[in-house]
Amino acid sequence: MRLAFDEVTAVLDGREIVRRLSLEVPSGQVVGLVGPNGSGKSTAVRCVYRALRPTTGTIWLGRTDLASMSRKDSARSVAALTQHNGLDLDFTVEEVVALGRAPHHTGNQRLGARERALCHTAMERLDVAHLATRGVLSLSGGERQRVLIARALAQEPQVLVLDEPTNHLDIRHQAGLLVLLRDLGLTVLVVLHDLNLAAATCDRLGVLSEGRLVASGTPHEVLTEALVREVFGTTVTIVHHRGVPQLLHSLPERGSLR
Amino acid sequence: MAGGVRIAGLVVALAVSVLLAIGLGAATVAPADTARYLWAAVTGGEIAAGEVTSYQIVWQIRAPRVVLAAVVGGGLAAVGVAVQALVRNALADPFILGVSSGASVGAVGVSVLGVWGALGIYAVSAGAFLGALAASVLVHLAARSRAGTTPLRLVLTGVAMAFGFQALLSVLIYLVPDAEATSAVLYWTMGSFGAATWGVLPVVALTVLIGLVVLRRLSRPLDVLSLGDETAASLGVDAAGLRGRLFVLTSLVTGAMVAVSGAIGFVGLVVPHVVRIVTGAGHRRVLVVAPLVGGVLMVWVDLVSRTLVAPRELPLGAITALVGVPVFIVLLRRRAYLFGGR
Repeated sequence: MRLAFDEVTAVLDGREIVRRLSLEVPSGQVVGLVGPNGSGKSTAVRCVYRALRPTTGTIWLGRTDLASMSRKDSARSVAALTQHNGLDLDFTVEEVVALGRAPHHTGNQRLGARERALCHTAMERLDVAHLATRGVLSLSGGERQRVLIARALAQEPQVLVLDEPTNHLDIRHQAGLLVLLRDLGLTVLVVLHDLNLAAATCDRLGVLSEGRLVASGTPHEVLTEALVREVFGTTVTIVHHRGVPQLLHSLPERGSLR
Repeated sequence: MAGGVRIAGLVVALAVSVLLAIGLGAATVAPADTARYLWAAVTGGEIAAGEVTSYQIVWQIRAPRVVLAAVVGGGLAAVGVAVQALVRNALADPFILGVSSGASVGAVGVSVLGVWGALGIYAVSAGAFLGALAASVLVHLAARSRAGTTPLRLVLTGVAMAFGFQALLSVLIYLVPDAEATSAVLYWTMGSFGAATWGVLPVVALTVLIGLVVLRRLSRPLDVLSLGDETAASLGVDAAGLRGRLFVLTSLVTGAMVAVSGAIGFVGLVVPHVVRIVTGAGHRRVLVVAPLVGGVLMVWVDLVSRTLVAPRELPLGAITALVGVPVFIVLLRRRAYLFGGR
């Protein structure tokens, strides 16, 4: 199922955070959204998981206007890992993952056998099955992050939206997660800060700057030294590692700030 | 299944507690006799002429009072669970949104100013209920903003409003400095079931029951809400809308309870936490166990209140706090219990 932004503008507290964004995530592809702090990445993806309503423009889910769907309907197709995860109550890991089934239920009925198996598979994929009966509030940041991603998978979405999913993850789990995202076969829109991970994982990248899309295409097309200098304001050297552009930092000489 | 056994045990404990508490007091009635009188009252059976006094004590004085204690205890515990989820704050209780102080102002205002004489004994309850609702509406309006009502803004507004209402209460007492006003204030701020009759019971019992059923049906959305508003949105739950509905529901149920019993503190704060320590956080279980625990607890608290220094009555709020604080602190220290982090 494809996901597409069509001239989407989002306003927060009177400020345009996302400006006329048009970006397509083709069915089954992984598209990375990158850009400096405050460029509107999170605000753009918040519109997809219905935490925010675009001021103008349309978000298409397949051929349906997202705004015309009920929240619950869209939650059956779109799952999200949000950036701010305030967990209050000490649910167990398996309880949190099971909440991924919430959009598929009305009322209080218990999960069926197929759904429980689904939750278990999701936990195994994210390497948290051994934590199933632990309280989430006692987990480390990275473990908690993986539990929340497992919860999103338990939702059985066709579209997965993740806002900085590699936060708190060690490099093994960062790599593991991004390989998983590629191999799930889902339509994935992922906000990433690490441009090297983004280049290695994503089929396409969209670069946001001050709310506008300033570049999009394959990592190879998008990640140039000129673009990084212009958008991020820092100088890097780009090398190609197994055909993928990777950034090497070129920091100024020690003492240059004095 | 451990959960089922636990619930069955609590139902039995509640029934036994109610039966014992009805029998105990200045004139003690054996549990078997208590049960027989209650049976006679319900089925229209007969009792011996010599037992009429005991029967009247049991049926007309104690039974409504004990049942009201169970109802209000259960209601406060359930509403406490809901309000803690609603404002996402471990310190929240049913009165945090200004309901109790609003009710006190309403009740004391009516009793001191002597208005609504036509309503008779219900005037004070009506005043308390309207005061509670007025406080809720005020808090809601004051906390509302274009970006929606955030939990923290709601709590801060509620706390601030409570101070305002307490100031109004002080002004009322200052302007009408008689003993009646002072005792009325104590009654409404510490709580009592002294005014329980079969007449007042149905309204509050029905309100609490409806509240319990609705809340329990909302178990899964309540679980989702505790994952945060952003995640709730991604799971199809409109957090702001749910919060609005919970606000109305908890205000009405709390208002109905406060109107007949005053504001009994601590139960709605502590019982939810104690129950979560034992059952885990899932609202499906908590919203069944907490009302039962609250009901049992309140029946015994009321019994202590009316027997310890009989014929005088101790304020309920004082007993719930004196009993509850040590129990709560022991539990908190013994078990690793986390609410909102370490």
